[in-house]
Amino acid sequence: MIAARDLRRDFPLIAGQPDQVYLDSAASAQKPQAVIEALSRFYREHYANVHRGAYALSLEATQAYENARKTLARFVGAEEREVIFVRNATEALNLVAYAWGMKNLRPGDEILLTEMEHHANLVPWHFVAKQTGARIRAIPLTAQGRLDLDAIETLLTERTRLVSVVHMSNVLGTLNPVGEMAKAARERGALVVVDGAQSAPHLPVNVKELGADFFAFSGHKMGGPTGVGVLWGRYAVLEQMEPFLGGGEMILEVHLDRSTYAKPPQRFEAGTPAIAEAVALGAAAEYLMDVGMENVWKHDRDLLEYALQRLDEELPEVRTFGPRGPDRGGVIAFTLGGVHAHDVACALDQQGIAVRAGHHCAQPLHRKLGVPASARASFYLYTTQGDVDRFIEAMKRVREFFKDWL
Amino acid sequence: MSLLDEIYKQTILEHYKRPQNFGVLPPPVLSTPGVNPACGDQLELYLRLEDGKIGAAMWQGQGCAISMASASMMTGLIRGKTIPEALDLVGKFKAMIVDGAEPAPELGDLKALAGVHKLHARVKCATLAWNTLEEALHGAR
Repeated sequence: MIAARDLRRDFPLIAGQPDQVYLDSAASAQKPQAVIEALSRFYREHYANVHRGAYALSLEATQAYENARKTLARFVGAEEREVIFVRNATEALNLVAYAWGMKNLRPGDEILLTEMEHHANLVPWHFVAKQTGARIRAIPLTAQGRLDLDAIETLLTERTRLVSVVHMSNVLGTLNPVGEMAKAARERGALVVVDGAQSAPHLPVNVKELGADFFAFSGHKMGGPTGVGVLWGRYAVLEQMEPFLGGGEMILEVHLDRSTYAKPPQRFEAGTPAIAEAVALGAAAEYLMDVGMENVWKHDRDLLEYALQRLDEELPEVRTFGPRGPDRGGVIAFTLGGVHAHDVACALDQQGIAVRAGHHCAQPLHRKLGVPASARASFYLYTTQGDVDRFIEAMKRVREFFKDWL
Repeated sequence: MSLLDEIYKQTILEHYKRPQNFGVLPPPVLSTPGVNPACGDQLELYLRLEDGKIGAAMWQGQGCAISMASASMMTGLIRGKTIPEALDLVGKFKAMIVDGAEPAPELGDLKALAGVHKLHARVKCATLAWNTLEEALHGAR
């Protein structure tokens, strides 16, 4: 566990509501004071539009925005010019789907996904398949909730033009071997997209070492503000791509009937961006790097092992999903006997425990698991062992209340 | 857990355990699907309209205790009602759940769901069957 100092004091909402146990960080994380302050300070002291004003304040704002890009590049081991600010991981994946998929795929081409994808990494590819005639295939899961790596050998062929895979599942917590997968895919000439929405906030990521072509993540799941996220793209690929959205900022020269485009990353940042949010996301990345991403991962892992052990021993009626082993992050999706996940979540909420219930934007995965919905508890750096204890005790009362449905 | 006891009243738990009017009506029948996309709760409502009245109402589906109990009780209540009477019940039920109005006497046992008004996250569960009924009846007109 992270013991150097009490990190909870850094999170005003967590520190201010000691009766509340927040176990929904996989949906969105709480914000450290450093982020709230960076957002507020930028508006109070440095705010202006970026990249256009000839006046000092605009240059100052531009510098803060570009510094945030530098910080985010450092956060994932990328080059600055490869970091594109978008709204969130969903927009990042849509950007790749529209700006690369729509332009480059043909009938007969294949897009390889997996059965554990979030809807954000399914629906954009449905659009592409519909438009281009490309075919979608999916890597199946093993009974343990891992990707069936043997099946990849047969699914990955010369027809595969693009592989898009989640780094860490938002339901199973599975950490996928995207490095190996990227290597295999690139050997066959396929482009590799990684949905890093759950991994970037929780473990050290180095996009160059991963070997993918794109890596997408959201700011709000890593303690940053809503409305800003990052698409990292390999520069050589970005350079070949047409823009996604047209407008101001992304152009080189505009005539009434045609235009030429700026180089990446500006080519993909049309219109006034979420300036203050990007600056505050930079503060979130600084905060996490200061804590150390290895420490964040270890903290999540320790809590996960502790929670799974207590659930196994004290609540055998609880069925948890996902693999057991080091390739698993701090996410526990579960069901309790025949009690619907919403009823479980509601009963936990009455005891001050916030968990999510539903299909967590992964309907195909829930279909595969054979349950219409699951409840989900997820951890982050401000979660404590005491939070897990309260969750377990609350679950015992839920079990008692719904004992007729077990 | 006091609010929990208030929400999950015995009536609701009974209907969840033993849903009433659960099953399929043979054709000719007015069949309408209802889904809460955010949570995956889903049901199918079957109505047989005879002489402007709901002659028979059945349903099947899967979801939480609140959505299932609501469908179970609703299908019992609307049998024999005219379309305007049924729509009036829809209005009264939603007033209770959404606006927190006093339960109308016509709602009978459904007043057991009144506490759901305090749980904003569950309003959609309680109203799923009723929104489906409203859509079905508007389609029937």
